[in-house]
Amino acid sequence: MIDTAKFKPKTVYVTYIASTPAKVWQALTDPAFTRQYFFGFAVDVEPKVGGAFRLLAADGSVQVRGEVVTWSPPHRFASTWRVEGMKGYGDLPACLVSYDIEPSGEAVKLTMMESHSWDVPDAILKGGQIGWPKILSSLKSVLETGKPVAMKMEGPPPEMKEAVRKALAEKPWQT
Amino acid sequence: MSKPVFVYVSYIASTPDKVFKALTSTEATGKFWFGNAATSDWRPGSPVTFHREGKLILKGEVLEYDPPRRLSYTFKPMHDELYSGEQPSRVVFELEQQRDQVKLTVTHDDFAADSKVFASISNGWPLVVSSLKSYLEANRVLWAPWYDKQAAAAS
Repeated sequence: MIDTAKFKPKTVYVTYIASTPAKVWQALTDPAFTRQYFFGFAVDVEPKVGGAFRLLAADGSVQVRGEVVTWSPPHRFASTWRVEGMKGYGDLPACLVSYDIEPSGEAVKLTMMESHSWDVPDAILKGGQIGWPKILSSLKSVLETGKPVAMKMEGPPPEMKEAVRKALAEKPWQT
Repeated sequence: MSKPVFVYVSYIASTPDKVFKALTSTEATGKFWFGNAATSDWRPGSPVTFHREGKLILKGEVLEYDPPRRLSYTFKPMHDELYSGEQPSRVVFELEQQRDQVKLTVTHDDFAADSKVFASISNGWPLVVSSLKSYLEANRVLWAPWYDKQAAAAS
């Protein structure tokens, strides 16, 4: 089990959705939903703490692999993340992605936090800062209108690839 | 201590024209912005005011009006003495067409280092922009639970 106390939130995204906590929970944990808004990835999660967490591309390849850290329907879902789908990224230390679901009036407040256990360069954080608004905007649209906002996943910017290469060479998390 | 900057991005299945109109229309802001209706002639240098139930909530000065790409104004909350000592900050809306959707970026900066307004807008923008997206995509709006709490506390 990982020591979550070592992880600090680096990227936070909040969205409010006209839906119920149970439906937002389903949208985050049911592959039929995630395929619609998460760049076509299907979530595959063992519904228990310590269970396996994966995001699978349409061809079945593993894009993200991790372990469930919190499974508390319909309030909080957290897992570790290793991005195996992009070369080199899978060798970085795992990050922690958590979703908090709270009622807010007749709507739901969804808070995503991407936390890291080491001093991640801004260039590497950029990937999540670009991706999360797309993913969570589209999740909101799926729940409110039944239709995702069409999104294309962009490849990582050159400075992000360079930052990953440098991090893997220097391994600053080991010091 | 560096000066804080708040950035929020949302993707809306709409057109830049419709998003820009919603941000500058008295009727639309009154709906999606929890009753805070904007009034301005939107000429650079002109005032912009937001009233809710007849009360002045927010005022500013138009800095840029470039439909349907860019809108900015200074931002001074008027509804709470907590913020009365602060200089106006600045909000910029950038709209970018991406296929059949709009990428909306809200950037709010020019705060004092110890700004109290910053904490308030950091909570506020995700709900305002979420409600704007619901208004344009699903013809519904979200409401702000903190107004209920304030009303309950005042009664």
